[in-house]
Amino acid sequence: MTTRHVVVVGAGPAGLAAAEAALAAGARVTLIDSADRPGGQYHRMLPEAYGAARPERLQHGWWAFDRRRRRVLTHPRCAWWPETSVWALERPDPTEPGVPRVHVVRGPADGGRRSRLRLDPDALVLAVGAHDRVLPFPGWELPGVFTAGAAQALAKGERVVVGDRVVVAGTGPFLLPVAASLLQAGSRVLEVLEANTAGTLARGWARRPWQLAAYGGKAGELAEYTALLLRHRVPCRVGRAVVEARGDGRVEEVVTARLRADWSVVPGTERTAPVDAVCVSHGFSPQLELPVAAGCTLRSAPGGEFVAVDDDQRTSCPNVYAAGEITGIAGAPAARAEGALAGWLAAGGVPDALALRPLRRSRDQGRAFAERLAGAHPIGAAWPEWLRPETVVCRCEEADYASLCRAAGNAASRGARVAKLETRAGLGPCQGRICGPTVAELSARLTGRPAERPAEGIPAAGPHHRPIAQPIRLGELAAAPEPLPGNTESHPSM
Amino acid sequence: MYGTSAVVVGAGIVGCACARELALAGFEVTVVERGAAASATTAHGEGNVLVSDKGPGPELQLAQLSRRLWPQVLAAAAERSAHAARAVEWEPKGGIVVATTDAGARELTRFAAGQRTAGVHTEILDADALAAAEPYVTRDHAAAVHYPEDAQVQPAAAAAALLTDALAAGATLRTGCEVLGAVTCGERITAVRTSTGLLEADCFVNAAGPWSGELATRLGVPVDIRPRRGDVLVTTPVPPMVFHKVYDADYVGAVGSSAEDLQTSAVVESTRGGSVLIGSSRRRVGFDDRLRPAVLSAVAAKALRLFPALAGVPVMRAYGGFRPYVPDHLPVIGADPRLSGLWHVGGHEGAGIGLSVGSARLLRELMLGQPTEMDTTPFRVDRPAVLGGRPAPAREETA
Repeated sequence: MTTRHVVVVGAGPAGLAAAEAALAAGARVTLIDSADRPGGQYHRMLPEAYGAARPERLQHGWWAFDRRRRRVLTHPRCAWWPETSVWALERPDPTEPGVPRVHVVRGPADGGRRSRLRLDPDALVLAVGAHDRVLPFPGWELPGVFTAGAAQALAKGERVVVGDRVVVAGTGPFLLPVAASLLQAGSRVLEVLEANTAGTLARGWARRPWQLAAYGGKAGELAEYTALLLRHRVPCRVGRAVVEARGDGRVEEVVTARLRADWSVVPGTERTAPVDAVCVSHGFSPQLELPVAAGCTLRSAPGGEFVAVDDDQRTSCPNVYAAGEITGIAGAPAARAEGALAGWLAAGGVPDALALRPLRRSRDQGRAFAERLAGAHPIGAAWPEWLRPETVVCRCEEADYASLCRAAGNAASRGARVAKLETRAGLGPCQGRICGPTVAELSARLTGRPAERPAEGIPAAGPHHRPIAQPIRLGELAAAPEPLPGNTESHPSM
Repeated sequence: MYGTSAVVVGAGIVGCACARELALAGFEVTVVERGAAASATTAHGEGNVLVSDKGPGPELQLAQLSRRLWPQVLAAAAERSAHAARAVEWEPKGGIVVATTDAGARELTRFAAGQRTAGVHTEILDADALAAAEPYVTRDHAAAVHYPEDAQVQPAAAAAALLTDALAAGATLRTGCEVLGAVTCGERITAVRTSTGLLEADCFVNAAGPWSGELATRLGVPVDIRPRRGDVLVTTPVPPMVFHKVYDADYVGAVGSSAEDLQTSAVVESTRGGSVLIGSSRRRVGFDDRLRPAVLSAVAAKALRLFPALAGVPVMRAYGGFRPYVPDHLPVIGADPRLSGLWHVGGHEGAGIGLSVGSARLLRELMLGQPTEMDTTPFRVDRPAVLGGRPAPAREETA
């Protein structure tokens, strides 16, 4: 029997667990991540140069992560490819079943010549995670306004403090660890604002509370953050949001306001507070360009669109598995369980192995948690009322709300693609990763019609259709792919 | 003709241009589109309004007619919607064709001489003149010709502007409405069955781009218009490095070829947003929309031969589209001889954006029975390449 070759894209909690399980099942693994170290967003590691003496202080489950990392990265059947971007997945001919060919560029993104390589694995595990979702509001483009994830990454990864007086705002439990990271890095957190009202939160979280007990780890983690905030006397308010940032050249103050359940502002409740930084988070958007490029079917859920997977983490494409936040925002424990399942099965491990039972249970609890999370922290429908005509919606192209209104008002340019080309929203370097969901929601609201689905038979163009998944320099693209390095060359499947 | 109703099937640039001409001529126009306006082939091109890539003949004449019409059409549209016309980003930037081999240089010089006799403005650039016009272009070239008439539009916005103007003139738009078949009375089409019901009219215009063949088949009168896939690379915004539409002399050969396998040639230009657009490829692969890294790689390599300085610029997007291809490389404009009341406008391959306004003008004149701006016989439906073609297999090539 030849060894199966499993390519795992993403080395966060899900990807690392997938790699470990695939190795345990006897496969040869290539683990790919765009960062220079494993861990993903969750276990973001300080660069080696910092020589962090006690990384566990900022990190949950650090030791378990550290053990797993060592086991995987030093395994003789594992090829660890850091600083590697998957820029394209090439689907096989529909008549010849096979796994998409994985096209990567390897080397520091800002460095000189990166090498272009391609892999033809027997199975593919996508564990590429999610990024922050941030809703626009007047002034959000000012320097000093950070996504909560970016602020946390700076605090955890570089020990850089984003400001001395910081407000953390948005929705979701992620606000708490962000505030905690800021406190530990030395910022003063003025307040933490959860936009959803006490009623919405209670309805979401109090439903079937016995399920939460099963997810005790996550609850305990949140309790720790809450205790930390209490110790630092950081007020946490619900039903309140940052609705405007102001400043000359950078943020100097924020306007906060009390919100109704639909996130409309209660008039007369506006307050201003002097700050030098704001961190906002409105949940997460899964990174769907690779699953879509692979041809995976998506499913719609209250929190947005995710990759549809079956009980074995299989996507709709043969031998393509998905794990972690791209299947639903459920946190690291669920991501690890999904990753382990996906890795084991992708490697050809037996699907009814006893060891899989606790993983499946943990994954199912994670899914229930994800559903609850989405229910307790929805995005209120009235948020667009915060916008002004001049509010920037797409930061890359500086497209404003007025231009979206204009495009929506004209029957000839209402189509998503025309509106995009006309307003330029989503055409910049981020390729709509940041503003895409926002623009889709605003357009649907402005035209009074749900975001269009491409008609059957017309190729392309869902919102996650980015055939070039990561930027690649023209020179790198023009070069022929290099032969695979090292021991992988001898493998029969190459 | 007032009171005569027309259904235009397809809201790509050609359908939009036809709807506009017919609405302005007094037809009661309904535009039917199965997806959203300007969302398929129109939104996946570069926005070429070119005379430079066509040798003397009917297509060049149509290109010259269209080139004359574009500024007039946009000026008229601007009177009704200044915003829509501005969004078109009309840029008469001119084209420069560069030959990088001696054989290419001889061919280019000969080709340009022929065009000159047909009334195309051409200007041979020596090394200094080329360096002044395009400082970043390769020094390693054998000949270069400047075509000041070449222009560029933002294609989806151009279609939207034409459609906006059509709607202002009384046309109506139905999106999400797919034509399923024809209702005929004798040899005449009286209505189309659509996904949203029956639609009656006096005449029908097939402007379904690369799907024209499929639509015509549904209407019972097949025409041989097939898809020919193309790919375009888009870079992140960069400081201005490309000032004209600059392309390799190979391009003309690739446009004129009928080869089924991959043809690539470099077409490089900047957009107002600062991105550089890089084309082009031609493949006949049916409607297969899968990305082919090898194709993108070949396109990139050709572009770098023209602009070595672009090697470090990141490509952030690629898009592919399907050109409507006719085996004899000529557009189809005219009445269907087999089904009275049905008209076809299409088969412009990669030139549909530029040729749309001229084609629509000819359609209007033909439908009104007026003298036409140019001889339309070469574009007639009743020609072997359109009607006599062998049935097209669904997929022709897999490379």
